[in-house]
Amino acid sequence: MTTGIKPKHQRLVLLVIALVALLGAGLLAAWALRNQANYFYLPQEIVADAPAPDEAVRLGGMVETGSIRTDADGITVHFIVGDGAARVPVRFTGIVPALFVEDSGVVAEGSMGTDGTFIASNLLAKHDENYMPSELEGMSREEVREQVEATVL
Amino acid sequence: MIAELGLVALWLCAALAGLQLVAGIAGLQGSAGLAGLAMLARPAALVQALLCALSFGVLLYLFAVTDLSVNLVAMNSHSDKPMIFKLSGSFGNHEGSMLLWVTVMALAGGLIAALERRLPERTMMATLGAQAFVALGFYAFLLLSSNPFERLSPAPAQGNGLNPLLQDIGLAFHPPTLYFGYVGLSVAFSIVVGALLTRQVTPEFARVMRPWILGAWVLLTIGIVAGSYWAYYELGWGGWWFWDPVENAALMPWLAATALLHSASVLASRDALRAWTVLLGVIAFSMSMLGTFLVRSGILTSVHAFAVDPERGSFILALLTIYIGGALVLFALRAGTVAEGERFTVMSREGALVVNNVALSAILGIVLLGTLYPLLTEAFDVRVSVGPPYFNPVSAIFVLPMLVVLAVGPLLHWRRDSFARIRPMFLALVGLGAVVLLGVWLWSGIAILPLLGITLAAMVAVGSLLPLRGRNLRRMPLAVWGMVIAHFGVAVALFGMAADTAYQQERLVAANVGDIIEVGPWTGTLAGVVPVSGPNWQSIEASLAVSYKGGEPIMTHPQARAFWSPPTETSEVALVTRWNGQLYAALGNQAEDGRWQVRLWWKPFVTWIWYGGLLIALGGAIALMGRLSVDLRRRWAQRKIADRKVDQAERAAG
Repeated sequence: MTTGIKPKHQRLVLLVIALVALLGAGLLAAWALRNQANYFYLPQEIVADAPAPDEAVRLGGMVETGSIRTDADGITVHFIVGDGAARVPVRFTGIVPALFVEDSGVVAEGSMGTDGTFIASNLLAKHDENYMPSELEGMSREEVREQVEATVL
Repeated sequence: MIAELGLVALWLCAALAGLQLVAGIAGLQGSAGLAGLAMLARPAALVQALLCALSFGVLLYLFAVTDLSVNLVAMNSHSDKPMIFKLSGSFGNHEGSMLLWVTVMALAGGLIAALERRLPERTMMATLGAQAFVALGFYAFLLLSSNPFERLSPAPAQGNGLNPLLQDIGLAFHPPTLYFGYVGLSVAFSIVVGALLTRQVTPEFARVMRPWILGAWVLLTIGIVAGSYWAYYELGWGGWWFWDPVENAALMPWLAATALLHSASVLASRDALRAWTVLLGVIAFSMSMLGTFLVRSGILTSVHAFAVDPERGSFILALLTIYIGGALVLFALRAGTVAEGERFTVMSREGALVVNNVALSAILGIVLLGTLYPLLTEAFDVRVSVGPPYFNPVSAIFVLPMLVVLAVGPLLHWRRDSFARIRPMFLALVGLGAVVLLGVWLWSGIAILPLLGITLAAMVAVGSLLPLRGRNLRRMPLAVWGMVIAHFGVAVALFGMAADTAYQQERLVAANVGDIIEVGPWTGTLAGVVPVSGPNWQSIEASLAVSYKGGEPIMTHPQARAFWSPPTETSEVALVTRWNGQLYAALGNQAEDGRWQVRLWWKPFVTWIWYGGLLIALGGAIALMGRLSVDLRRRWAQRKIADRKVDQAERAAG
């Protein structure tokens, strides 16, 4: 490789390799983003069009009143997330965040099981009074409140 | 009164930056009539540094005495807070951190004005002008939209407090370290702009820029390592890198600075890669500003949150456009006039460094796209998040080949080399890699990425030490020592990441007092759970006796802690560190039947990640010392020569 090619051409070769690598990185990233991005669902959306069981997604909504139930092992929690239009049972094994309470917003990361239960690997709840997980922010507070009321009533 | 003093100092700084910009332009013109004006550039930078430091000192004082008539203090502090967190609270918020940013920038500007004598005078003036131009934008941002000294009337009886997650010693040092790094890159940016304006893209210019890049890069490295460790023990999830946008905001300038560091060293020693180094200098600081924009504009929480308070975000966005766009346009205009540098063949040290640069740029692009993608889709009302399933495999495609080149690149000669010369060493490294790969795979069939990680860690560790072969270690330049140590640190960190990913063990149980919990080689016994209280919090604290392979038990105390101003709960994990890893214990909630949730992780070699990171920073610091001492010696020699000339002249005259 080092013999027979003029230095000027070597420079060109390097430039071409660099451009190909950078272009490749961009295309690869674009392709991977389409496939690996973790989509956010509301309960009504996930019920209407469930993602594949191996696809990592996020589910956001309100924790339904009286739905939190802990298994005998003391670490597996079942609850129902609703948005007024649909209700999705969720199973989570782990330590729930401190502000994970009924009637409050939650975002569950995980995947949809074949039996219609969402298996969460992580829960994000409100951190403090001013904080809402960003996806719930999209709904106006009125909408959220409406949905809470719809869930409660 | 004190707060107004800080504000006045800040306004004076802005005025001085304006003066420095005008003086810089006058100096760039180089006409004799404007020489008097140009002379003001250096003093303007120096006085600006002092006034900015004064202004930041005032803010620290206001937080120290908890002056609640100042809005920022009332919003972010509380008189019950320990002193160290009162002080760190001054930059744990938007306005304070931006003041810290401009202060660091002014200090860097003052330092370069005071110390730098190697650049041609016109380039120096253009550099100071560029530095002032950037600073001016940030002063305007601070004074017009984020005044940290704003008064609050009437003053409230008590402050809001600081988010307890941030009430940690890690926070006290983390943002300043990162900011010093970010802003250090602003100096490289200004020098690049100066060199482009005067068409002086030379090895000398790279040598002037190099200590600044090295310093900024060392601080960025330390900042990222500290941030990673902070997230690891404070968030209680046992992870050390989340590909969180805030983490990426620090990683992207680091990647660009790493590439810049290597290409500047090619330019300094071999006079090649001229245009590319200049472009990287622009990109590196652009990434710093982009990171600041992402973290400070609120756009990350949500595009909607950004739209609610668009003033600040739009302001930073406008600054970004002006500086990055302006610098890129300047580059496009002047790149053609940058002469082609020295040539080299593909098989050479330069060739290997080009691979390093291309790979780092590709990784930077991948991280950048992954970080911005959710913001783009949200504009079209599709909410996505991008996490490890994207970042890990996609960046690995470029990281892994880069590490192979890292292992052999330093063995190559400059300019041209032959593969035949390094073939024995290359084959030895490949052989070592094959043995490690097979051995680890047969011993414990782990996933492909950690397996390749451990293999490459072994190859890089050995490869990084090979440049020491056949050299007189006592006479080796410090910069070479720095390179060897930093590259070895990469291997150490990589091994820690791979080993933790592949071999960590987790146990989550609900336990009664007296229950025994086993995880990996550890056995823990829950001895008791009691409430405890601190200055501004109350906790539930578990006593957990843990023993490694049946050895002497060690008492640990994980806590679930509740703060009351503002009301927040955090998990204070207990860590037991051994040379070969860490036991990580977190206490959860109490179940209705009285059992406590306890979560234990055995994380083999996880600490090596941060040891490796610190070694990388240490390598950079040693290289920096080497460069500075060479420079000092050169200055001293020049002074001697100048003195001798004066002597001779006097003797000849006398």
